[in-house]
Amino acid sequence: MVEVSGISKSFSDRKRGLFHAVDDVSFRCEEGRIYGLLGGNGAGKTTTLRMLATLLKPTRGRASVDGFDVASAPEAVRARVGFLSGGTALYGRLTAREMVEYFGRLHGLRGADLARRADALFENLEARDFQDRRCDNLSTGMKQKVSIARTLIHDPPVMIFDEPTSGLDVLTARAVLGFIRECRERGKTVIFSTHIMREAEKLCDNVGVIHRGRLVDEGSLAELYERHGESDLEEVFVKLVTREEVA
Amino acid sequence: MRVLRQVRVVYLKELIDILRDRRALISMIVVPLVVIPLLMFGLGALSFVVMEQARQEQHRVIVIDGEDSPGVLDKLGALQGITVVPDSGDAIDRVLRRDVRAAVRIPDGFEAAVEEERSTGEVTLYTFEGDVKSSLAAQVLREFFRELRDDVVERRLTDRDLAADLLEPFTVETRNVAPPEKVTGSALGGVIPYIIILLCVTGAMYPAMDLTAGEKERGTMETILSSPVSRLALVLGKYLVVVTASVATALLAVGSLGVALVFGFSLLENGAGDGEALLALDPLSLVAVFFLLIPVACLFSAALLALSVFARSFKEAQTYVSPLLLLAILPAIAATLPGVELNSTLLWAPVLNIALVSKEMMIGSYDWGAIGLVFATTSLYAALALAVAVRLFYRESVLFRS
Repeated sequence: MVEVSGISKSFSDRKRGLFHAVDDVSFRCEEGRIYGLLGGNGAGKTTTLRMLATLLKPTRGRASVDGFDVASAPEAVRARVGFLSGGTALYGRLTAREMVEYFGRLHGLRGADLARRADALFENLEARDFQDRRCDNLSTGMKQKVSIARTLIHDPPVMIFDEPTSGLDVLTARAVLGFIRECRERGKTVIFSTHIMREAEKLCDNVGVIHRGRLVDEGSLAELYERHGESDLEEVFVKLVTREEVA
Repeated sequence: MRVLRQVRVVYLKELIDILRDRRALISMIVVPLVVIPLLMFGLGALSFVVMEQARQEQHRVIVIDGEDSPGVLDKLGALQGITVVPDSGDAIDRVLRRDVRAAVRIPDGFEAAVEEERSTGEVTLYTFEGDVKSSLAAQVLREFFRELRDDVVERRLTDRDLAADLLEPFTVETRNVAPPEKVTGSALGGVIPYIIILLCVTGAMYPAMDLTAGEKERGTMETILSSPVSRLALVLGKYLVVVTASVATALLAVGSLGVALVFGFSLLENGAGDGEALLALDPLSLVAVFFLLIPVACLFSAALLALSVFARSFKEAQTYVSPLLLLAILPAIAATLPGVELNSTLLWAPVLNIALVSKEMMIGSYDWGAIGLVFATTSLYAALALAVAVRLFYRESVLFRS
């Protein structure tokens, strides 16, 4: 379970002065559900997810992951979250297996327990063949599999994916989406950001549209279609964003 | 307890990571093992060989005038080390052009004046100061005229039935009482701590940048920060790897210097003769100096880590770090200067204090009070620098600078 209420993040920057990257955003996502955060580039998706993963501290507002507050218990939150984003690369000089085991150890796993979990993950992701190759020498698709194994090694109840399919080819992207669906089936709470509407339509139970740091609308797909008199998420999104631009 | 376990996990991973990096291996292993001894002894041996060659060369010299002193001319012509070439009236110009190494003017009627015990006027040497070969040629000529003068004096004394030592009522002799290891110690005492300090920095530099700015550049910083590792454990793990690299580099340098000393001097010994005295370096003081330098390695590692975590990329880190290299080397060089000695003010000067105490230790004088104080102050500075590095790791504006 993830609960976000009124979080904001401001940066002060020499060029723009005080800049509100995320402004008063609230949403919640239950176990076994996928919440999609939609928005264009620079809308505030990544900043929001980084706050949930405790990489950034909210300037205002609260957010909790499985009951742990991101600001006051960041380490407990990180222990319950699997975080995957465009910015989370692999250690190129470690092998795929070493990479995953390293994160397992940081999560407190060790010995036979760790080996068993890593075995199961590599088996599941069909990554056994390249588990002893250095991450630098893996293809983009292989790397994404290793990253997924890395986020899952501690079997977290909450998964946060920031544009997980960007830069992947069709087949790999499909596999990643299938895997996100699988997380839901296993009862995990999934937060997922994208700017590709088709992905959101296929996957999400609930959707929030974020624009210029503000959550402009949210609800289930059906609710959004009804509210805006459309049957296509892209149309809903464009309507919401242009309405904001005019206002 | 959990933090300690995490530190260990981070340390082991970062160590493997660094050891698999060819560039890190070059800075940690190749530089101390090959470059440093080559620099020290390669240069030393080269200058020795060049000097030896210059010494054995026959230097061209012109004798100006002196046609009425054939005895002197004959003796000059027979001298080892110089070859007399005929004067064509432009002798000084040729010295200037370094066509010949020196010229000597013999006053008119020189031999006759000596015979008749009259003033001969002055014998003049023309040299090109600063040119080694010119000074070697001049040395041969000066030696010749000194001996000639001594002979004349001795002859005149015996002619008058006076004792030969009349003009030399006493002699002065210098005897070295310093044991050989102290001679070596003071010769190398400044240089060895300097080399160790230099390698402490160069050894720490690459890993410090790679584990911070490099990690940002490769996009793994966000990955590691999303793991449950505490920031404190993360910095400490990285820090210990940097210290390890720094100490390992310095250790390798000391080892290879030791080997090079033995080989280098046994080579020189064949030619020079005084090699044996130079070889006698007290190994115990080397070990002591090395231990004293561990807090210096800690200090540099922390400073380098703090500087490079601030950088967004490896390149940016390099521009921050290179001034530090100079800052570290300057006090180390200052300590090698003669006359710079430890006093109550310099005891507090970071790096310089360690270098000065090390210099003392290399000649076998152990001032335990000063050693303890220097060890403590350097550890304090290291702790402060580490605290800064840790604080920076908690600042998101530093970690996510864009």
